[in-house]
Amino acid sequence: MGMTLTEKIIAKHSGKTSVEPGESVWVDADVLMTHDVCGPPTISIFKEQFGEDARVWDKDKLVIIPDHYIFTEDKYANRNVDILRAFAADQDLPHFYDVGSEDYKGVCHIALPEEGFTRPGEMLFGTDSHTCTAGAFGQFATGIGNTDAAFIMGAGKLWVKVPETMRFVFYGDSMPPYLMAKDIILQIIGDIGVDGATYRTMEFAGPGISAMTMEDRMTLTNMVIEAGGKNGVVEPDIKTETYVRERTDKYFEPVFSDTDADYHSVYRYNLEDMVPMVAKPHSPDNKATAIELEGTKLDRAYIGSCTGGKLSDFVAAAEIIAGNDLKIDTYVVPATTEIADKLETTRVNGKPLIDIFKDAGCKIGQASCAACLGGPSDTFGRLNNDEVCISTTNRNYPGRMGSKQSQVYLASPYTVAASAISGSITDPRAFIHQTVI
Amino acid sequence: MSKQNEPIKGKAFVLGRNIDTDQIIPAEHLVYSLDDPEERKFYGRYALSGVPDEQSGLPEGGIPLVEEDKFESEFNIIVGGPNFGCGSSREHAPASLDIAGVEAIIAPTFARIFYRNSVDGGFVVPYESIEDLSQKVQTGDELEIDIEQRTVRNLTQDEEYEIRPLGSVADIVNAGGIFEYARKEGMITCQ
Repeated sequence: MGMTLTEKIIAKHSGKTSVEPGESVWVDADVLMTHDVCGPPTISIFKEQFGEDARVWDKDKLVIIPDHYIFTEDKYANRNVDILRAFAADQDLPHFYDVGSEDYKGVCHIALPEEGFTRPGEMLFGTDSHTCTAGAFGQFATGIGNTDAAFIMGAGKLWVKVPETMRFVFYGDSMPPYLMAKDIILQIIGDIGVDGATYRTMEFAGPGISAMTMEDRMTLTNMVIEAGGKNGVVEPDIKTETYVRERTDKYFEPVFSDTDADYHSVYRYNLEDMVPMVAKPHSPDNKATAIELEGTKLDRAYIGSCTGGKLSDFVAAAEIIAGNDLKIDTYVVPATTEIADKLETTRVNGKPLIDIFKDAGCKIGQASCAACLGGPSDTFGRLNNDEVCISTTNRNYPGRMGSKQSQVYLASPYTVAASAISGSITDPRAFIHQTVI
Repeated sequence: MSKQNEPIKGKAFVLGRNIDTDQIIPAEHLVYSLDDPEERKFYGRYALSGVPDEQSGLPEGGIPLVEEDKFESEFNIIVGGPNFGCGSSREHAPASLDIAGVEAIIAPTFARIFYRNSVDGGFVVPYESIEDLSQKVQTGDELEIDIEQRTVRNLTQDEEYEIRPLGSVADIVNAGGIFEYARKEGMITCQ
């Protein structure tokens, strides 16, 4: 019996020739990532358990990316960044992306690939549930808690239970012009439910996936946690290799699923049959098509986060927004500083993205997680009352973006942009084809 | 956290399905130090404060886990619906329940990271029930969990329910967390 990509990575990192789903094994970590919310308690547990003077197991493998509560007056939040700063200095860490410095990046899940840490065949753990994003690069990547992270910080290893793999095969040679990866993952989560992949791997495959960009693939793997998945993976290909090689010289060994690997289940989708999707409040699996919700009144639109704040997300939004007026407050938050810079240099219809957004009256935030998860009360774009918001982010549980009274609809950047123009939920197909890139 | 073979007895607090970590401890509160004894108490105070009022303390609703201006709860056993603890990886979630005085959670299924954090951090014991007990137990019912017998006795309603054995994580639960387990097994030697 062959093995899946995920089983092979786990086997290799546990020193075994093969592993089977359900088995618990200890694996060596290639990268441990933490941020400003979970980093300080992780550091605290590390010191308590390994000693005040303990050194991290491998400083080249520890990556600290503050991104959650950055542009806030909250003294406790700022103290958290101070704790990271002191630890990075004390441990002489080479991969600390400090706030206020030239190294500052923004959202960790996008910063990790930008900085070359998402290498095929490797094993990445992070103290954030959306760490699974890195699976787009053929890496095993999963979110963990502070205690587990502290364990890795000192010991370099962790126990994992080998997950069963669900395979999602996509047919179609290209993405239809109105469809985005966000529509696809919302469809899948709606089909299998928010616990439809609990404890399992979601593997995305088929010609439809080959046709996707790396950023599209990241949108898919980012949201596997919204179906309860342990990790999401896409087999590496030439696009993966090109992306990673542009960002790191480090050696890596891509891994692929065997053709006779055993899968928990196989789902098949045809890209051409798929349509713009929305997740209604208050759950990512509360699916509807954009058309079904046409006319639903909105107060706010939000384009940002690890799921929906990548360059391609802003290009998509700008294609729709260019030359239109917006009826509702629209917030634009680039995931990273690199993306923020590219908003200045990337053009749609000959005009820089940043100018398209500014001219339409969008409010532009600084690279960070911002209001995706609510955060301190002064967080940019936070829903502080009973606002109804359409957002490119990844969660819409009660109170996720701030107030318990608010309501969040999740959708693609196309749908969010079209809805911002109308002031109510709008299928973006009416706006496609009118722009030239 | 209690060791798995000691019975846990106390008052139930009942919630519905898909209770996510933002409902367990809203993100705005993740800034307090877990080390500082005074700040730490706020995790108890705000535990489950993100649950919509009508869904908090079922079947009636409108009951907070922790009363306003208090830091600990009178309820020490949470009974939830499927997929308890979904959402983010914040370990502050099981920690906040522990700080509020919760000892165990009974649900038909748990989200993976929350389950793992509960066990590895030694905060609360996550017991999987066979049936969805959130449909049977009422907030305030007196429960007794006996893992040796794999039962939950509802003393108020005079009923008994079945729970699953802890399986492969039993050793970690018994040790009190992953560090204690690893030391016992000789995997790490420090401290």
